Amino acid sequence: MSLEQRDLDYGERPEGELDFDELADLLGDHVLDREQHVHTEGFVVRADEVATVLSKLKRRAGFDHMSCVTAQEYQDRYESIYHLKKYKDPTQELSIVVPTPSDNPTSQSGSGVYETANWHEREAYDLVGIEYDEHPDLRRILLPDTWQGHPLSRDYNQEKPQIVSLKQNPNPMQTKTRESGDSDTMFLNIGPHHPATHGVLHLKTVLDGEQVVDVDPDIGYLHRCEEQMCQQSTYRHQIMPYPDRWDYLSSGILNEWAYARTAEELADIDVPEYAQVIRTMGAELCRIASHLLAVGTFGLDIYGDFTALFMYTITDRERIENILEDLTGQRLMFNYLRLGGVAWDLPEPREDFFQKIRNFTAEFPESLQEYHNMLSSNEIFHMRVQDTGILPPEEAKQYGCTGPVARGSGIDYDLRRDDPYGYYDELDWNVITDDGCDNYSRAYVRLEEMRESIRIIDQCVDVLEEWPEDDREIQSNVPRTLKPDPDTEIYRAVEGAKGELGIYIRSDGTAKPARFKIRSPAFCNLQSLEVMSEGEYIPDLIASLGSLDVVLGEVDR
Amino acid sequence: MSKNDHLHDTLEQAQSKQEQRMGEGADSRFNSKLREAFGSSPFMLTKLDTFMNWVRGNSMFVLLFGIACCSIEMMHHYATKHDVDRFGAGVPRASPRQADVIIVPGTIVSKFAPRMKRVYDQMPEPKFVVSMGSCTISGGPFQEGYNVIKGAEEVIPVDIHVPGCPPRPEALVYGILKLQEQIRAGESAPVTVKPYELQEFGDLEPDELVQELADDIDEDDLVMRYNWADSP
Ligand code: SF4
Repeated sequence: MSLEQRDLDYGERPEGELDFDELADLLGDHVLDREQHVHTEGFVVRADEVATVLSKLKRRAGFDHMSCVTAQEYQDRYESIYHLKKYKDPTQELSIVVPTPSDNPTSQSGSGVYETANWHEREAYDLVGIEYDEHPDLRRILLPDTWQGHPLSRDYNQEKPQIVSLKQNPNPMQTKTRESGDSDTMFLNIGPHHPATHGVLHLKTVLDGEQVVDVDPDIGYLHRCEEQMCQQSTYRHQIMPYPDRWDYLSSGILNEWAYARTAEELADIDVPEYAQVIRTMGAELCRIASHLLAVGTFGLDIYGDFTALFMYTITDRERIENILEDLTGQRLMFNYLRLGGVAWDLPEPREDFFQKIRNFTAEFPESLQEYHNMLSSNEIFHMRVQDTGILPPEEAKQYGCTGPVARGSGIDYDLRRDDPYGYYDELDWNVITDDGCDNYSRAYVRLEEMRESIRIIDQCVDVLEEWPEDDREIQSNVPRTLKPDPDTEIYRAVEGAKGELGIYIRSDGTAKPARFKIRSPAFCNLQSLEVMSEGEYIPDLIASLGSLDVVLGEVDR
Repeated sequence: MSKNDHLHDTLEQAQSKQEQRMGEGADSRFNSKLREAFGSSPFMLTKLDTFMNWVRGNSMFVLLFGIACCSIEMMHHYATKHDVDRFGAGVPRASPRQADVIIVPGTIVSKFAPRMKRVYDQMPEPKFVVSMGSCTISGGPFQEGYNVIKGAEEVIPVDIHVPGCPPRPEALVYGILKLQEQIRAGESAPVTVKPYELQEFGDLEPDELVQELADDIDEDDLVMRYNWADSP
């Protein structure tokens, strides 16, 4: 797209940057103050004008992607930050900062403007304790209903006993229909222990015959306090092992990169180019491994293919894990990236290692062919997934969907290209999209993305082979204890296997982050399940869930 | 047909691939070692108990039960390469009512613990538990989390602990083999006193917390109480 043809949004300069003054003019008196964050500017607005401000920015200034809501408690106030972006250009970012007083932390909800704010605000309420006015359904999301206190608030008492109840779920239709006796709907619990939920997800569904009337995902069965763990660890070494455990389908390096990118930018650390190439290669290997499992289990969900497709994908995964083990020393939880580089150089002998990767990349297209044979030429598969689980692009944007889910709905959004990091912009590869918007498209996008990842890996190996021997710097100089300047705030994201994996860090001048917030792509994608499956048949609900490829470690964090 | 027809093989190509895979040579799977050892009419004498234990150890049905990161390695341990089914222990069952063994692969949090207890209770006797990963031993990397149960043993009794984060599939296979040995030798699951049993809310000692929740929770509701301060 050439620059002349492009319709400029309000507050956008022709060269694709934001003009913050113009944006501030647009909002006029709503802006109380302007803050400088590392990645962009933050506009401070009144707690009862949130919806007005957000909808103005969405309608007039083109901010159609609300990627995250961060809530935090300061000594003297609570604060919610809405991180806004644009799907067409994610480098145009804006933060809306909403302070609320400590004794009455109530602010207006943004969920009327962006659907995705619904869950984000519930999480903020659950963990930090901010109340959102006009929120349609403000209740706990990650912790059990009977939980006492808000664990990320300042006065939370960790020692206090808690009671968790195991209630029979009431039939929600009883209150919705007039004659509860003859209601012909049925309430069905799926999970949290159910093979098709890919972990410990609990779906409360209401069925009318075989059709889904209502589905309400109940999450939090794997809420491992990742944010708390990161907030009590030091930047330099202690945080890095945790990202591996967010999206644990072998996406370790992708997740580590999200943290590395954010912290490096926060503390202004350079990364040697050689390390960037290794990171890029490792990350794409992880992406393939992750997509393989998604595709394999998708076949398993849809038509019970445990013996062929699932086993083939696992076999290929074994090969990747083997390579990654050579590189990092672990099969799954790599802990390989370091701030400012990677932990160690490629294994010796290098030729053997390269040969191993070359063998894999040479043979993988054939395997991919085989996966296509088993999926895209399979009639059962077609009947099950085509035209089911429709997610129109507008809805996908409303729910903040990213990654293969968004790309399967024809949204051309990939942070590797749009907000380049690492070595990606030096390499030749494509972003795969498909505008089918159905379960099939999402699976198709994943399959084809693996082909692109193979291309990237091949090019990385080319580059690494040529790299002069005396210039192999794997880590830049990073102080032993890292203490970023107090009160700097940053939000940065990378393209994880499931989509935009973002991290918000606020530093307070110590060696540990004051607030560490994870924007998980699976969390946002899962919200769209409702749109995809209402009115469809129950087996299609399972297919939609499989095509979303959620991983509960990342949803619940 | 599909818009992506060009992406896959034709029937002939697919068949030729199958033949290549089968390879050459006679299929010798009917010449069993047992038949060689015993002749054509094998019989043996043993006690029924011993026999039952032997059978039990050799055909274990594992519950298909994934919690967290460790379940990925658990999937690998019953798929190609590691293939735990070689040892007669790898048929995953989706329903707890058909399973003998439950592998607990991952972090247990407060909301999930009662559910896991329930799944465990649904399994028929005799039942065995393999706990996989540091999380199920002590809470692992998340031990200090406000929401994390410090080990599976707080909720259900465990026969075998497999340490690691995550343990390699080989380690899990080794754990399973050790469990089989135990079962064959007739050892049953240790009975531990579990601090966190499912209780009825009305039976809990009334203290500050119980008073506070008394209006919200029905007397007959099953609940679990976690006492973070006293847990290990
Ligand atoms: S032991 Fe480690 S790998 Fe296993 S569930 Fe816990 S954190 Fe994940």
